[in-house]
Amino acid sequence: MAVCVAVIAKENYPLYIRSVPTESELKFHYMVHTSLDVVDEKISAMGKALVDQRELYLGLLYPTEDYKVYGYVTNSKVKFVMVVDSSNTALRDNEIRSMFRKLHNSYTDVMCNPFYNPGDRIQSRAFDSMVTTMMIQVC
Amino acid sequence: MMSKSDGDICFGNPTELHGTKAQIPNVATEKNTFTRLDDEDKQEAQSPTMSPLASPPSSPPHYQRVPLIHGYSKLRSSTEQMHPAPYEARQPLVQSEGPSSGGPGAKAPRHQASLIRSFSVEREAQDSNSNYPDEPWRITEEQREYYVNQFRSLQPDPSSFISGSVAKNFFTKSKLSIPELSYIWELSDADCDGALTLPEFCAAFHLIVARKNGYPLPESLPPTLQPDYLQAAFPKPKWECALFDSYSESMPASQQARDSNRMEKATIKDAAADFPAPTQATTGDDSQALKSTADEALPKDMSKDPAIPKDSSSLKARPRSRSYSSTSIEEAMKRGEDPPTPPPRPQKTHSRASSLDLNKVFQPSVPATKSGLLPPPPALPPRPCASQSEQALDAESHPQLSRAPSQAAESSPTKKDTHAQPPLKPIRRKFRTENQATENQEPSATVGGPSSAATAKAHPTVQKQSSKQKKAIQTAIRKNKEANAVLARLNSELQQQLKEVHQERIALENQLEQLRPVTVL
Repeated sequence: MAVCVAVIAKENYPLYIRSVPTESELKFHYMVHTSLDVVDEKISAMGKALVDQRELYLGLLYPTEDYKVYGYVTNSKVKFVMVVDSSNTALRDNEIRSMFRKLHNSYTDVMCNPFYNPGDRIQSRAFDSMVTTMMIQVC
Repeated sequence: MMSKSDGDICFGNPTELHGTKAQIPNVATEKNTFTRLDDEDKQEAQSPTMSPLASPPSSPPHYQRVPLIHGYSKLRSSTEQMHPAPYEARQPLVQSEGPSSGGPGAKAPRHQASLIRSFSVEREAQDSNSNYPDEPWRITEEQREYYVNQFRSLQPDPSSFISGSVAKNFFTKSKLSIPELSYIWELSDADCDGALTLPEFCAAFHLIVARKNGYPLPESLPPTLQPDYLQAAFPKPKWECALFDSYSESMPASQQARDSNRMEKATIKDAAADFPAPTQATTGDDSQALKSTADEALPKDMSKDPAIPKDSSSLKARPRSRSYSSTSIEEAMKRGEDPPTPPPRPQKTHSRASSLDLNKVFQPSVPATKSGLLPPPPALPPRPCASQSEQALDAESHPQLSRAPSQAAESSPTKKDTHAQPPLKPIRRKFRTENQATENQEPSATVGGPSSAATAKAHPTVQKQSSKQKKAIQTAIRKNKEANAVLARLNSELQQQLKEVHQERIALENQLEQLRPVTVL
């Protein structure tokens, strides 16, 4: 389903970004980058007092004509951004949530690896394969 | 090493390995692939530790050749037919087997040179292998023992976990690259909990050893390295050892090691069924038992075992980094046994005082029973001391009562007095326990020097032990004095530290006051 999946660190640099191989992959990178502003907005809008209650799933960040961008942020301010094809109308919110949940689980598995230093690029094969399944699903 | 082994392999005859590996389908296709692979092999030979990411799934067979090809390059021309054949044979087998790709065929057990021989053998010996085709991922008995020892060196309890950081430090010693280690961890930590149980640790270790020997890492954990399989396959090393013995009798030399291992494994599975004892909890005991039985089993086994580790060490140590020479079982065993348990240290010691050799403080306490009672904590001087001393006195007094009740009564008040002036210092608990133990053992020994001396003198008539008591008392006195000096030094150090800490506290309080008006809430 996802056309592009990105994991952004707390300091807003990408830990992992992967998109469906198309002509203009850079466009996805731009979209992810711009979506970070929206994510920050949503986080700050929740207010400092609501940190505990803030939901991890942020929902639709912003739609474009071709794509929709969804966001998810963890409690450690690691953001997952997913770009989905707009033409895929069958995609429901729950499915997006489940995809983010899977991403989050795989991410925690990556973190559990003692050889992974937080802040490094994610090179785990398990994570890769999980993202691949997500991206293939749609097609 | 490789060349040597290759030479052996080439010329040695494959009689040995029967059940080793994969079948060998086509020699013709093998040759083609072999020539194709030559270039890759040479490249790969340069950098044996390939990043797992760089190995495309489609070309595991190529990778398989890397380590072994290393030495084979010389022999290729001459022995092309023999060597590539097994490899190539394996490749189709690998592909057909799919998940256990990594290098089933080409990967022989690291330990044995017989592995290499097996390659030539495989051609002829149509496989009589056991259930799993991925031989290289099978853990042999010696390997298992070695891994268990290493596990115990990191974590004494075989049924518990090794934490991630401990394992990381340990595996980093293998000098593999971090991405590879990360990948190995990913493969072996099945439950992704950041800690390794014994089977997980064995699997990870096995993968590391394989990688060090050049085998490419598999795409997924081979079935023989799954924690369930490992737990089932190695419930009781004892049995395996027994099987080993029977096997060694029938076969000569180290080449049989492979076969015997395999047979063992087949039989082990049966044994496993027969002995449903808990695996992890007993692995520690089992490995020890294994060793004992191995010793008993003796010459045949030993003839085999040294041959294998030597081969393995010669094979592995040379091309790979020596620092990780633990691939040799003997060395590994030694390493596992080497680190002596450090002398017990009191947990309450101040960090800076760690420079103080507390062993000296402790040692006197052991023989000199009561000396430990001397340094109670300054904060609670009399009370714990008194209770301790009371207990000690009670322990002492009981045996003493039999001898000189009056003297015991005398000693107790005197001891209490001496305790009222405690020299200071931490870790009394240790002292106390030691004291209690020693006191029970040597009730005649006394606590304070003077009091002890007095009591000692008071007991001249106490049976034959009076002379012993005197000596004990004198040594106790000496040690107590030493302990006193040490503790006095420690006291001064701690006082200094206390002053420094006070100063820091004052500084922090000042800072806090300065910051307070600034923060507007």
